[in-house]
Amino acid sequence: MTALTKAPSEIAPAAGAPASAALIGQPIPRLEDAAILTGQARYTDDLPVKPGTLHAAILRSPHAHAEILGIDVQAACAMKGVSAVVTGEDAKRFAAPFLVGVRAQMEHWCLAVDRVRYAGEPVAVVLADDRYLAEDALDRIEVRYRPLPVVMSIDQALSGDGEPLHPAVGSNIVNTRPFSYGDVNAALKAAEHRISATVHYPRNSCTPMECFVVMADYDRADGAYEVLSNFSGPFAIHPVMAKALKVPGSKLRLKLPPNSGGSFGNKQAVFPYIVIMGVCARVAGRPVKWVEDRLEHLMAATSATARRTDLEAAVSGDGRILGLRMEQTDDVGAYLRAPEPASLYRNHGNLTGAYRIPALDVVNRLAVTNKTPTGLNRGFGGGQLYFAIERLMHRIAVTLGLDPLDVIRRNLVPAAEMPYTTASGGILDSGDFQAAVEAAIADGGLDDLKTRRDRARAEGRLYGIGYAAIVEPSISNMGYITTVLTADERRKAGPKNGAQASATVSVDPTGGVTVTVASAPQGQGHRTVLSQVVADVFGLRLGDIAVNTEFDTAKDAWSIAAGNYSSRFAGAVAGTAHIAATRLRDKLAKLAASQLNVTPEDIRFAGGRVFAAGNPDNSLSFSRVAAAGHWSPGTLPDGTEAALRETAFWTPPPLKAPTESDVINSSACYGFVFDICAVEIDPVTAQVRIDKYVTMHDAGRILNPLMVEGQILGAFAHAVGTALYEEYAYGSDGRFLSGTFADYLVPTACEVPVPLMLHRESPSPFTPLGAKGVGEGNSMSTPVCIANAVADALGLEISTLPLTPARIAALIEKPEVAKPAGMAAVPSKAPATAGGRGLRGEGSRTVPASPEQVWAILLDPKELAALLPGCDALDLAGPNAYRAEVVVGIGPVRARYVAEVELTDLDPPRALTLSGRGSSALGFGEGSGHVTLEAAADGTRVVYRYDAAVGGKVAAVGGRMLDSATRMLIGQFFDRLIARAGGPAAVETSPSLLTRLLRLLGLRP
Amino acid sequence: MPSLNAQAKHPVSITLNGRTRMGHASPRMLLSDFLRHELGAHGTKVGCEHGVCGACTIRLDEVAARACLTLAVQADGHRVDTVEGLAPEGRMTALQDAFNRHHALQCGFCTAGILMSLSDYLERVPKPTETELRDMLSGHLCRCTGYAGIVRAVMDVTGQTSGNADAEDASGRKEPVHV
Ligand code: FES
Ligand code: FES
Repeated sequence: MTALTKAPSEIAPAAGAPASAALIGQPIPRLEDAAILTGQARYTDDLPVKPGTLHAAILRSPHAHAEILGIDVQAACAMKGVSAVVTGEDAKRFAAPFLVGVRAQMEHWCLAVDRVRYAGEPVAVVLADDRYLAEDALDRIEVRYRPLPVVMSIDQALSGDGEPLHPAVGSNIVNTRPFSYGDVNAALKAAEHRISATVHYPRNSCTPMECFVVMADYDRADGAYEVLSNFSGPFAIHPVMAKALKVPGSKLRLKLPPNSGGSFGNKQAVFPYIVIMGVCARVAGRPVKWVEDRLEHLMAATSATARRTDLEAAVSGDGRILGLRMEQTDDVGAYLRAPEPASLYRNHGNLTGAYRIPALDVVNRLAVTNKTPTGLNRGFGGGQLYFAIERLMHRIAVTLGLDPLDVIRRNLVPAAEMPYTTASGGILDSGDFQAAVEAAIADGGLDDLKTRRDRARAEGRLYGIGYAAIVEPSISNMGYITTVLTADERRKAGPKNGAQASATVSVDPTGGVTVTVASAPQGQGHRTVLSQVVADVFGLRLGDIAVNTEFDTAKDAWSIAAGNYSSRFAGAVAGTAHIAATRLRDKLAKLAASQLNVTPEDIRFAGGRVFAAGNPDNSLSFSRVAAAGHWSPGTLPDGTEAALRETAFWTPPPLKAPTESDVINSSACYGFVFDICAVEIDPVTAQVRIDKYVTMHDAGRILNPLMVEGQILGAFAHAVGTALYEEYAYGSDGRFLSGTFADYLVPTACEVPVPLMLHRESPSPFTPLGAKGVGEGNSMSTPVCIANAVADALGLEISTLPLTPARIAALIEKPEVAKPAGMAAVPSKAPATAGGRGLRGEGSRTVPASPEQVWAILLDPKELAALLPGCDALDLAGPNAYRAEVVVGIGPVRARYVAEVELTDLDPPRALTLSGRGSSALGFGEGSGHVTLEAAADGTRVVYRYDAAVGGKVAAVGGRMLDSATRMLIGQFFDRLIARAGGPAAVETSPSLLTRLLRLLGLRP
Repeated sequence: MPSLNAQAKHPVSITLNGRTRMGHASPRMLLSDFLRHELGAHGTKVGCEHGVCGACTIRLDEVAARACLTLAVQADGHRVDTVEGLAPEGRMTALQDAFNRHHALQCGFCTAGILMSLSDYLERVPKPTETELRDMLSGHLCRCTGYAGIVRAVMDVTGQTSGNADAEDASGRKEPVHV
């Protein structure tokens, strides 16, 4: 066990230092930093655009589920600076629906056709001279929707009631796949204990700081698309995009920028926008550029799947799991978008985690809901899986009265059985899990934590300790996804397997070395690590190696597994660069051997020279040898090839296609992570404080400890968010509610503690350098480890995340005493269970006029229009029904709503109900208010009660301001009514209804 | 401020990193867009345009400010400093150097904003405690680093170690976690 920490003075020399010692394994600071730190690094939005480029803004559905009755783009098209408005009609002409990973009749078009199925779904695109003008024009597109009932949860989808999102499928469970490995029934019958658990994992996302960017162009003469985007891979999606654009892959040239502002898997989900912008460029006949904004990203980019997991384990008296039955249901959102259902299958080979569980039954289900489609997200599927498995381990311990550590120890795969094949086919390649656990206990100071817990509990404080042990898969088998198909379906489709990586190494005439890999760096230090690997092979300095991190599908070597995901860089990509460099070195050795009169086997490379092993003075400079292939290919010895450039492709040997019995090794290697977490919970605020966190990793050979610890710290920070703060929130009607970073709570420097990181190195036998992935482990282990600690602190079951103060308070606090009657004079948010931006309230104002006079004002459309803030006119649409245009601003957003308003239940001059609904480019609103007029000494007391809902951008961004905005509008309405009735503006501010109603009704926020 | 025609573009002149730069902006153009797309100063990044993430932080008349919450026309005639101006001779400042040594950045998208906030903050608070520093950093979101390297870099460059904080952190170590 080695702690990788080094004092500053021990840091190895950076670029330019002589390369006498091996660079691999050194904590070398990153070579890419200087450009970033000085503001020179270029990200996609920093790159030049072609002359004449149009800027795109996307109109998105405010409804979670609705039929599109019509789209009127005329007014938008007529605006100055607008070149075109592109809709689903254009998609039907120039594109095809995306391929779907299971056999089910679901059409997913890049732009909505006939129906929208999630709030934020792209409906139309405005192309204009600049982004500001394009966004202006969004406001002028009129879309008529007929809202449909929504499906908002896995349980609702499972229950079978609710409108099918995809009528041709007929059910919102679009796929069910049972698997059986061993005799679980027998194990359950024979076991001393049957212990079960049901858990729910929420929707969340890693939200890179840079959003999506696409620049697209279409060459009419060639019928070819050229796109520059911060797409991350997997390039298995390239054929999906090409098919959607109805061109062969060769006519979709995709370029990646040199720098990307983070991905964590999320940048995979830019692909539908690549297709949209391709169509736009084709329609407009000009290049187009689109930059996603933060609201768009949070609302509609992508999400981790929400998952419900039901587990039942056959357990021996001492806590050994003899058989496990699991049912997993993933909420994949409105469409099964590539590469889903990968979230559910990525861990298929390691469903039993780090444990030896001989028998396993699984049922996997895919549920569609009216939410954003899901996709890659750091820890992909692992956070969901281990939240269930490690909660179960904790529960077994509690149920049997055992120490949770003993339950973990007894079930871990023994070192002697490595490589170990799991029930479902994963090949755990290396490691000594027990030793890692014992080392973490000793070096992580568990005894001390237990003492702290005893002391805290003796003082009545809430203190708990949790554990999690997991295997971290890396380098995904491209065949795992076909496990969702039956063996029969797979036979028809042809075998899929492997994880091809590629790298190209070349030498130039001056002896400079250039490396290109089929990956897309997002901060993992590709340049640094590849320089280390390749410089070692040639005996050169870091500074002699140039790593080109741009990528171009038309020119570079790639295959479908290319890209930066599934933690494949260290294991696969760096390893493949090593293979390419070694091949090139071997060719250079042949050249040098003929000049130095020794055999190639005797040639050595070090210190920038190429020399004979036995006689270092018999040498040439590296650049001289490198130049030979360029300057004098004619004089090379017979049969010797010039050594200019080598491209290597490599696929991990153990990655086969699923077998007839559905056995699949889903990843090339598996690291091990064991975590210990101690938390204290404040009984008053219900806040969880992480007192100490210990994380032990065995990720095989470590190429650069600085990068490894950076990856661990980053995944840990994401996991703290997952465990305690982050969740994509929706209203019960599908409205999206967390559209800013003030609503979707990403942990800041105050919330993320520094974990103690411990390491072991058990090289993988299956990767060229022995390295495994390390960047996702904590996204898998930490959320559940924190949950286990909280469960220990509270002595309660924890079955969902995030563990926000509200959620913990609900667990530990007694219900609040009900408010005395009559205290609810101001509008208050609808009950928390509604999830939402539902508004409900009541109040009253006194108007200095008789009820008859007030009644007359309210019933007169001209008068009413004058009272309504932001309303110019009410047009009669029927008896006591009006159509109105209202402009309302809430916080940062301002919108023009078209509203339908109706007065019903008329009981002159005593009561009426005002109801309405309205929509705008920014969303919709609807509501109703009941108003009563009572004669009072000083006029009429107007009492109102209202209920409203607001959706779309206004709800997502302005949500926190809705209550106060509502009150303000109601106040304005009454001020005007009072002024109209001839009285002085009243002092009290209780909200009124009309305005509010109107507002609500109509609309606004 | 004089009233400006909303439909027209107006000349905007700023002193950007010590040099006068001129461009044109409509009254609603954000300073972040003006810097990046009108003047080509791409070092400043945009992560949310809601004023929450801090990626766009620049210094306006030496005070750290969100470029996404500032209009270009508001900066007319003022001094604006961005990340490109931190190391004018191409030699990185001690803070930039410490960011490199302590692996305080990965994707680097948050980095410019954090450096600009720090350059203002450390002039006012030369030796912040770790708690004070973290409090200040909480105005920035970083999705890659977990903030550990950033805190270490600042503690190092201010002549402190990150373990001197008011209390021991969750690693249980008093000394820096690594490097
Ligand atoms: S872009 Fe300005 S604060 Fe996020
Ligand atoms: S380094 Fe990527 S967001 Fe901070």
